[in-house]
Amino acid sequence: MTTIDRVVGAGVDRIDGPAKVRGTAPYAYEQDPGEPIAHLAVVQSTVNRGRVTRLDPARAEAMTGVLTVLTPDNAPRLAEGLASDLPVLQSLDVAYQGQVVAAVVAETSEIARAAVGAVLVEYAAEEPDVVLSADRQDLYAPEQVNAGFATDSIIGDVDQALGAAAVTVDATYETPTQHNNPIEMHTSMARWDGDSLTMWDANQGPHTIVNDLAKGFGLDRGQVRVISPYVGGAFGSKAFTHPNQMLAAMAARVVARTVVFELSRQQMFSLVGHRTPTIQRVRLGADADGRLTAISHEVVEHTARIMEFAEQTATPTRLMYAAENRRTTHRLARLDVPPPTIMRAPGETPGMFALESAMDELAAALGMDPIELRIRNEPAQDPERHVPWSSRHLVECLRTGAERFGWAGRDLRPRKRTEGRWLVGTGVASATYPTRRRRAQCRISVDGRGRYTVEIDGSDIGTGAWTALSQIAADALATDLGSIELHIGDSRLPRAGGAGGSTGLASWGSAIVLTARDLRRRLDDEYGGQLPADGVSVDGGVEGEGPHAKTHSMHAFGAHLVEVRVDQDTGEVRVPRATSVYDGGTIVNAKTARSQFLGGFSMGVSMALHEESLIDPRLGHYVNHDLAGYHVATNADIGELDISWLDEPDELANELGLKGIGEIGITGAAAAVANAYWHATGLRVRDLPITPDKYFRELDLA
Amino acid sequence: MDTEITLRVDGAAHPLTVDTRTTLLDALRERLRNTSPKKGCDHGQCGACTVLLDGRRVNSCLVLAVTVGDAEVTTSDGLAADGQPHRLHRSFVEYDAFQCGYCTPGQVCSAMGVLAEARAGWPSAVTGDLDDADVDLTDAEIRERMSGNLCRCAAYANIVPAVAAVAQAEGVRR
Ligand code: FES
Ligand code: FES
Repeated sequence: MTTIDRVVGAGVDRIDGPAKVRGTAPYAYEQDPGEPIAHLAVVQSTVNRGRVTRLDPARAEAMTGVLTVLTPDNAPRLAEGLASDLPVLQSLDVAYQGQVVAAVVAETSEIARAAVGAVLVEYAAEEPDVVLSADRQDLYAPEQVNAGFATDSIIGDVDQALGAAAVTVDATYETPTQHNNPIEMHTSMARWDGDSLTMWDANQGPHTIVNDLAKGFGLDRGQVRVISPYVGGAFGSKAFTHPNQMLAAMAARVVARTVVFELSRQQMFSLVGHRTPTIQRVRLGADADGRLTAISHEVVEHTARIMEFAEQTATPTRLMYAAENRRTTHRLARLDVPPPTIMRAPGETPGMFALESAMDELAAALGMDPIELRIRNEPAQDPERHVPWSSRHLVECLRTGAERFGWAGRDLRPRKRTEGRWLVGTGVASATYPTRRRRAQCRISVDGRGRYTVEIDGSDIGTGAWTALSQIAADALATDLGSIELHIGDSRLPRAGGAGGSTGLASWGSAIVLTARDLRRRLDDEYGGQLPADGVSVDGGVEGEGPHAKTHSMHAFGAHLVEVRVDQDTGEVRVPRATSVYDGGTIVNAKTARSQFLGGFSMGVSMALHEESLIDPRLGHYVNHDLAGYHVATNADIGELDISWLDEPDELANELGLKGIGEIGITGAAAAVANAYWHATGLRVRDLPITPDKYFRELDLA
Repeated sequence: MDTEITLRVDGAAHPLTVDTRTTLLDALRERLRNTSPKKGCDHGQCGACTVLLDGRRVNSCLVLAVTVGDAEVTTSDGLAADGQPHRLHRSFVEYDAFQCGYCTPGQVCSAMGVLAEARAGWPSAVTGDLDDADVDLTDAEIRERMSGNLCRCAAYANIVPAVAAVAQAEGVRR
């Protein structure tokens, strides 16, 4: 590494912090379009599969303050070829409940919402098919699963090895539908100037949104500008374009005014994606010493009728532990549900719940310490790709975690510790997330006085990118933070991939480092190391994966150790303390990185204990579609968190030696909680979330 | 139906005409373009819209603008006096008590409310001695009292020390 290690690594306060705590940093809706804003509200389908047979907007249109009602009859035609549910209002067909069938544009939000109720819609509908099960006859193997992974992997003879194993586990785990629910609802504000479209929008990558808008409206990419400097959380739901961007642009064109569409919280449950439910059968075979001989992980999950999204749930199982015989599979059911999408660590989050729970069950069956079991099965190289690790420090994470948590001397047997009404237990699970890098372009300019402007279309959805990228730039340019002016979150800036896949700093940061190197070289070569009076500007970037991505297996790792208390009288579950240790490569900002880790882990606790979107099997809608019904962890649900990391840059991963840390915290977290729950109670809850009633259900079964 | 009202917000009086259905949150955000309070649910379920109404914390999405009368509305932005950040603002930044920042102005206003409630001796669900007028804002008290403000980024483990530091400085934490 040629960066001067000065600001990278320091716990610098967020540079966007002072504005955010006061509430003055402008999120999508809060930008000034320069004219009065008209408001859009949508009429949503009340059936899952069918067709609109009658749609009468007359009463709504007659209301004072209503500017227009868009319907499949009169809405602007969008170009063919848009994916998923982006062809909004282009046909009378209905593919999921909550689909937009009409949209009202009005002078105020109150009028728009009231007018929605005045639009008359009738449907011809078929019975909804929304229930996932592992014995459906129509399960199919997708061509590949998300992020380009193979659908199945088969190595050796798993069934034979399971038959011959001294100890086996065969268990089925289930995770429910989950909704991303960033606290800022998806919001798009559109304004047309002639044939140019400007959109202030809540998303994870402006360039992604530009592509779909340009395609849909038949524009050049240069005619569309998407501006998103501040985004109020995303967790995957804001990665791709959704109907809101198309609708806002359509409406603004029709009424020739700036139009804003801010989803309601309820609409966040149908219009912007969710995480598929999963049914996962895991079978493990081991010899009497706990050495794995077979691993089988078979996943059943859903996708939507109108698009395919195949969560890569079993992919972490392909690399976590050594075993000669291995099998992972993914099967999908196409249901009448809204399109699923990515949600924080798609694949690893549900997959590691199953695998790491099964490892705990195997340790119990062997009478072995679960940390020891994991260490015993540490693979020397990637067990399926057969290439070396760029770096892998899972064992150190487990050992360091054990020390910090006070694991030594733990009784292996469950239900051995009580404090008053409380059953107390501890559990462990590993964490992992792939290290990747995406294409990113960048421009760095310096003026005659040594002020640097760094431009790149990165995003800060709460990750701390504003600050971390400034730190990276300061070091790479050998200057101080105060001399860096960073511009991100605007499609006018040099093109880069969105915030997703924990690739942000690896991609944007590498692009900045390389471009800075170029700039310094030019200053040296062409200007004798002096700043020319009218400045210099250099364009640069990275093409995508680095040279070692093919020859090495690159992943972040981690370990969670958790204490769980269960109230014997009520079944209430508490998580008073946890320790997590990460192998995340270089840590750019100690303060914001710690926040990423503890936020990810806390979301895992939320998944373990609270989150579940319940679909009505007869009526086909998400019953608990708001934050009163869909529970997420609150402040009182999170206890003492001890977060630390190993100081181990990954020299092969990228220019900065970092691994990407936005998602790893949630992986394995729910398993650690469930394993500690078993240790506390002797009861194994294999279907999340672990709600109080399940304590009594399992007690009855035991 | 439209009604004329005057809203007193962050020290300034704003005469305006509102639809009687308009919430205080929408009046602030959509009419006055004061976007310090955020909308996270519009149903009193998340706390992102928390402001102080005569010093007490309320979910402004559950208050109709026409009912505010001449009560003083204070947003997180309004806590900054003479352009200087409030002690809570500085503490939230120092402890990194947020990530995306969208729930944060509501958290800050809620924390103001918590400090005032503690000073007034109001117990919470986790207070041991309900008769003790001297509330000690322990970590457990802060967690409980701040639980009406959801943070999907889950900055909770940093919000607690951020509020605790200010509580300590103000003498409501031993
Ligand atoms: S917006 Fe008011 S409580 Fe959520
Ligand atoms: S900081 Fe993102 S929701 Fe709280």
